[in-house]
Amino acid sequence: MLRNRADRYGLLAMTLHWLVAVLVASLFSLGLWMVNLTYYDAWYRSAPAIHKGTGVLLCLILIARLAWRRLSPPPPPLASHAAWERQAATAAHRLLYGLLFAVMLSGYLISTADGRPIEVFGLFRVPATLSGLPNQADLAGRVHLWLAIGLVSLAGLHALAALKHQFIDRDGTLSRMLGRPPRPPA
Amino acid sequence: MSTRSRLSLPLLFALGAALLPGLLPGSAAAEVEQYVIDTEGAHAFVQFRIKHLGFSWLYGRFNDFDGSFSYDPEDSASSAINVAIRTASIDSNHAERDKHLRGKDFLHVDKFPTATFASTGYSPNGDGTGTLTGELTLHGVTRPVTIAVEEIGAGTDPWGGYRRGFQGETSFPLKDFGIDYDLGPAAQVVEIILSVEGIRQDG
Repeated sequence: MLRNRADRYGLLAMTLHWLVAVLVASLFSLGLWMVNLTYYDAWYRSAPAIHKGTGVLLCLILIARLAWRRLSPPPPPLASHAAWERQAATAAHRLLYGLLFAVMLSGYLISTADGRPIEVFGLFRVPATLSGLPNQADLAGRVHLWLAIGLVSLAGLHALAALKHQFIDRDGTLSRMLGRPPRPPA
Repeated sequence: MSTRSRLSLPLLFALGAALLPGLLPGSAAAEVEQYVIDTEGAHAFVQFRIKHLGFSWLYGRFNDFDGSFSYDPEDSASSAINVAIRTASIDSNHAERDKHLRGKDFLHVDKFPTATFASTGYSPNGDGTGTLTGELTLHGVTRPVTIAVEEIGAGTDPWGGYRRGFQGETSFPLKDFGIDYDLGPAAQVVEIILSVEGIRQDG
């Protein structure tokens, strides 16, 4: 139930996958919205605090997800997928993970640029490590925005590819991430 | 080596003759003292303060600037000063706030990397204070400003140089310079505090 099977993802992998999807979409929207808040907006202070805290939690979730991926490997690609499709899927998945960590690292470098820690909902603090680089907050800010745009674009492509496989090729690629085995090929 | 050997003696003499007068101190009778602001030794500060919500003063400064001034002890009214400030060097001791201050809501440093002040006149009050007028260019807007000046002191330093220093204060509404981000009714006006020490160049 919890573990991945040969024909579909298990409950834990699915939960982690959809949790990351929801968090990334939320953090992206929140980030774009919060930078345009005015000084007297009630969310001016809380929105960035929520964004940072959630980002740190997302990082922990992703580390757990990668660990679980090693303990319980994902189901192998569908036999109906061409070699180039498998390679493209693998490359996209690796790039998604890479971009996720790069976006989080750049965000961390903005908030810790002067040595201040990141407060995570009053639960704990992530201390600054790399701080005081020339123009650190501004550069990290630009990198954070553009990598986030890249990440969400690639995630969109990833979703479109899954939808294409599910509804055009009818091979059940998306079903595997929704708790159902793929349909037998027609 | 071969390039160097082609520099003939007459050419060296000509170069020397052209350069030396500028290097020799006191080669021209200096009536007005010329100073370079000691940013190298950080004996000069461009600081600002603005009220936070009307509850307290927030202080910051610009770390990167340079300038020079002239001063005539016989006729201090003829004094003049020019300062150029790299706006990206704003420092309010908070990286995320400084990032915001450098952005479009405030200084927009990508578009307006330099702020300048060029004096147009000085009226000494005769008691060691005076009023400096000039043109401040900030955020792409040039406007006249008036700076209240206190002449702090002047004299030889312990290392063979001669120094002269001033303190200046002025204030203006940020929106005069097209910075209209709403910081609240109590934070319309920014105060600028300038602490300037110059090292004499022509002594």
